[in-house]
Amino acid sequence: MVPLSYYVALSAILFALGALGVLTRRNTIIIFMSIELMLNSANLLFVAFARSFGDVSGQIFVFFVMAVAAAEVAVGLALIVAVFRNKHTINIDEVSGLKG
Amino acid sequence: MLLSEATTTGFDLFSLVPWIVFIPVIGLLVNLIFGRKWNERIIGIVASSAVALTFVVSVLQLIALQGNHHEAHVVPFVDWLSIGQFHLPWEFRVDTLSVTMMLVVSGVGTLIHIYATGYMWFDVRYKEDLKSYRRFFIYMNLFIAMMMILVSGNSYLMLFVGWEGVGLCSFLLIGFWFDRNPDTTFGDKNAFAGKKAFVANRVGDFGFLMAMFLTFWNFKTLSFTELFPDAVAHYSGDPALIWWITGFMLLGVAGKSAQIPLFVWLPDAMAGPTPVSALIHAATMVTAGVYLVTRSAPIFNAVEGVHIMVATVGAATALFAATIAVGQHDIKKVLAYSTVSQLGFMVAAVGMGAYVAGMFHLVTHAFFKALLFLGAGSVILAVERGHHPLIGGHEDEHEPHDDEDHHELFDPQDMRNMGGLRKRIPWTYWTYMMGTFALMGLPIFAGFWSKDEILLDAKLEYPVIYWVLVVAAFLTAFYMGRQVWLVFFGKPRHHASEVAKESPWSMLVPLLVLAFLSVFGGFMNWPFEGGHQFGHWLGYTIEKATGHALHVPAFDWGVAIPATLLALLAIGISWLIYGRNPLKTGQQDPLEKALGPIFKGMHNKWYVDEIYDFLILRPYQKLAKFFAETLDWNIWHDWFHEKGIRDNFQKFTRFLADPIDLGVIDRIANGLASTVKNSGEILSRLQTGFIRNYALSVFFGVVVILGYLIFR
Repeated sequence: MVPLSYYVALSAILFALGALGVLTRRNTIIIFMSIELMLNSANLLFVAFARSFGDVSGQIFVFFVMAVAAAEVAVGLALIVAVFRNKHTINIDEVSGLKG
Repeated sequence: MLLSEATTTGFDLFSLVPWIVFIPVIGLLVNLIFGRKWNERIIGIVASSAVALTFVVSVLQLIALQGNHHEAHVVPFVDWLSIGQFHLPWEFRVDTLSVTMMLVVSGVGTLIHIYATGYMWFDVRYKEDLKSYRRFFIYMNLFIAMMMILVSGNSYLMLFVGWEGVGLCSFLLIGFWFDRNPDTTFGDKNAFAGKKAFVANRVGDFGFLMAMFLTFWNFKTLSFTELFPDAVAHYSGDPALIWWITGFMLLGVAGKSAQIPLFVWLPDAMAGPTPVSALIHAATMVTAGVYLVTRSAPIFNAVEGVHIMVATVGAATALFAATIAVGQHDIKKVLAYSTVSQLGFMVAAVGMGAYVAGMFHLVTHAFFKALLFLGAGSVILAVERGHHPLIGGHEDEHEPHDDEDHHELFDPQDMRNMGGLRKRIPWTYWTYMMGTFALMGLPIFAGFWSKDEILLDAKLEYPVIYWVLVVAAFLTAFYMGRQVWLVFFGKPRHHASEVAKESPWSMLVPLLVLAFLSVFGGFMNWPFEGGHQFGHWLGYTIEKATGHALHVPAFDWGVAIPATLLALLAIGISWLIYGRNPLKTGQQDPLEKALGPIFKGMHNKWYVDEIYDFLILRPYQKLAKFFAETLDWNIWHDWFHEKGIRDNFQKFTRFLADPIDLGVIDRIANGLASTVKNSGEILSRLQTGFIRNYALSVFFGVVVILGYLIFR
């Protein structure tokens, strides 16, 4: 039986990797994947705690997160395609038209 | 027969009395609403029959009164005002006094309406305003209604309502041709005359109002039934109060009945059409003052000495106006001053306490003065038709005038343009003579009996007034003789009089009826044995009101014979001056030569108008000018409004605008805007456009918030 703290630690590591990816990478696709990573680290934590406490509501929440993530992917990828069509790049730093 | 029927059938004829007011009102409403498209005949018939019906109702009241044994009857009509304990009803009073007035007003009124249907047919054509025919009869019917309210009201207040109503009608009818005055250079003469009558009457109305206030204040009522006889007879208070009431009432009488000092409006009132002069300014309205004094007999009897005040005013007016009448050239002006003079006789009579004599003279005067005015109207019309033939004129004997001739200054009322008219207009001439004899006071004619009674009462109690009235009567006979010689005898002094044309029958019939009344009207108070019917009849009401029996003096040959002889002497003198050598065209009035400045004074009304102008009008106008220019314009407008209010308000608004609005409010608003703008400029630098920057700040934000939540 793997102790709960392992799951928490793994989840924290995965979240930190995701956050770091979002903050440091310029490729929009990769930022996108990093966001997915963060979401899934949270899912992992939900599942771990649900299992540990014998409560299925955490697992149900994961389904919601996955559903929202799927919707987010659909919108996000559409945005990326639209940006690419206009700018011919997916470098996030070059998409700065709203500079004040 | 009819009397017993009325009393036994149970039908109350008295209940018809409100119709004396409402029939003329209906008549005027019919003409007002439907008359626009009607021709003159229908309008005249409607108006005349309304008054004739009123006369019928008045006769029914007479019958009812006989059935009631002369006892006064009060018919409640409506409650006008009701405030707590205070009630102000509109009641009709049917007694011998009010019925006398009703019969005179509606009877003479009917005849004058009929006459006016003919007279106004010509008048509206000469004034070139056919639409005014309807307006004339609407005003005339309104006058009859108002006069009926005046004579039938059972309280001073209803009397006052009628009093003001007839004043209004008088104003409207004097200024009837307010915009047409072809024979004078003053375009507004008629309107001015109306205004003058109105203003002079306002002075009198002030007196009447004050008398009413004092009466109400002391007796707590204005109703005749409550005032007379008890309230006044048992009043034991201050005699000074009675002096005030009667004095103020006398001022009202002086205004309405044209006595000194307010008579000046009546001669000018001749600016109105002649039927108006006959109805309002001779027969009916101007006698309202005499009626008022007779109605208030108990008050005038209450204190010794009041009588002499009223009688003096009346006698002075009688003499004063008679002298003026001698010096007039205008046929209507002579009659106007004669009316003032005769009203003076009446006021003197009622002032002396000879109420019956005064009212008797009122009735006979209504007959013969209405006749004289209508006759004068017929003369004027005849001359005017000679001067300026209309449709139905006399093209056969007189070629039409050029257009230029119409604008020639010609006064058809000037007796110097007349002369020799008796052959041209015989009907008018003969009826006019009947009226003249009645006014002169020749025996048998109506005026003789009534004037004789006044003189008789005066001789017995007030010798000075008797002599004044005798002189006035002498002058009356003289100026009437002068008028008749000038108008009807001698040779025509103007082409218009040569071709004058007799008036139509609608005008002659009323003249004939009135001539009949002027001859025989005096017999209603036959002063010998078995006579005095009118005196007993009217006296009943007065005795009831005063609570004292009236003294009826016996006929005195010592009064009648000298009066007759003086009248004949006056006629003789007038024949010597005007009859023996008739006036020639353009010749000066022989009396003017003989009397010189005295005639000038008489002709110019003793300059009373000028004196009033100097004493009252000019100072008043100066005062008004002072008020208008100095007080209103300089002080009120310039100083108070412009300098005081406007300038300070401007300063205040400038203060609000400049320092407050611009300095404070605008700076707050602008400061707010620039602050927002500047801070926005600074903050916009945070908007880098790099998404990773935003993500980093979100990240740190989350870290900070979580850190706070965890470590708090």
